[in-house]
Amino acid sequence: MTGDEFVAVARRLCFSHVILIPDSELGQWEPALQTAQEPTLIRPTREGEGIGIAAGLMLGGKRPLVVIQCTGLFEAGDALRNVVHDLKLPLRLIVGVRSYLAYSKGHSIDSCPIFTEPILRAWQIPYEFLPPQYTPLNLETALTRQMERGTAGAVLIPE
Amino acid sequence: MCMDLSEALAIVAANRQHRIVIPTMGAISVWPMLSDQALDFYYMPSSMGQGPALGLGLALAQPEKGVIVLCGDGSLLMNLGCLVTVAQHPANLWLILLDNGQYEITGGQPVPMSGRINYALLAQGAGLPRAYSFESHEVWKAEAPAVFAGQGPVFVWLKLTPRAGQKTPTPPRPMAEQIQRLQCALAINSPP
Repeated sequence: MTGDEFVAVARRLCFSHVILIPDSELGQWEPALQTAQEPTLIRPTREGEGIGIAAGLMLGGKRPLVVIQCTGLFEAGDALRNVVHDLKLPLRLIVGVRSYLAYSKGHSIDSCPIFTEPILRAWQIPYEFLPPQYTPLNLETALTRQMERGTAGAVLIPE
Repeated sequence: MCMDLSEALAIVAANRQHRIVIPTMGAISVWPMLSDQALDFYYMPSSMGQGPALGLGLALAQPEKGVIVLCGDGSLLMNLGCLVTVAQHPANLWLILLDNGQYEITGGQPVPMSGRINYALLAQGAGLPRAYSFESHEVWKAEAPAVFAGQGPVFVWLKLTPRAGQKTPTPPRPMAEQIQRLQCALAINSPP
């Protein structure tokens, strides 16, 4: 999926801000987000911080989308717990699962694919895994399902 | 001579105007004695270190309102990168650092490099030119109107006398009620 296609999905779903920490896959969307007037791109220094910013935006009536790699998800556990379970805010995440495609073919020993789903289950975050050749429609449908549910949720992108 | 937390925060209360105030950690034990407004949002239960991030998000969402975050030195050290992010995304945010040199509610253990960190220099180096430091109550009181004038972001480092024997404070209202109160005051009707 290109950056322009991602921006189009985010606009159709009325996300006001995209909070992005790039990885090699998700970072390809960054130039399109930089040039787009909407949604506004926010670039935090760390994933937990990004989730904190998202919480403030939601408290202030905005609709942010946090886009991070699974490694950052692992780091951000306490922020995630606080925002979703203490503040009970409907945090929406896109999480890139590093090495998933290679791991599933037995070509990677990266532990990221092993831990991403159990971590999300431990934090009680509903999630949906996109197929390897996902399209903008796949992403839009998954995010729409999250929003209709009204709770926090994550969409996982195989990398 | 360092300031007492209560007298330092009384000056914030006197100069806040109509801004949202987010007390965190130790400040939560004092702020209810100074203010009871819908625009007071006690960040408790919290994720330690995320107060500035929460405040930045709120300030970006409500640019006309302005947000003051009351943050301890232990909390800031958990998320120093927030200084860079605040500089990268300028907003009407006043980040008030309450530096007592210790983790107050866990028994008063010193923070790393306690008393030897120049936080104003850190903030300036991160890209926040409006960075101030105050040690004396009199000077803070005299300069506060200028500090709170104009646009954010602003970083204020207040050097405080440590307090002993503090316990985890309790916010005056449950989180759900706080959110409802704040969003009602901000005229926010629908969930994000």
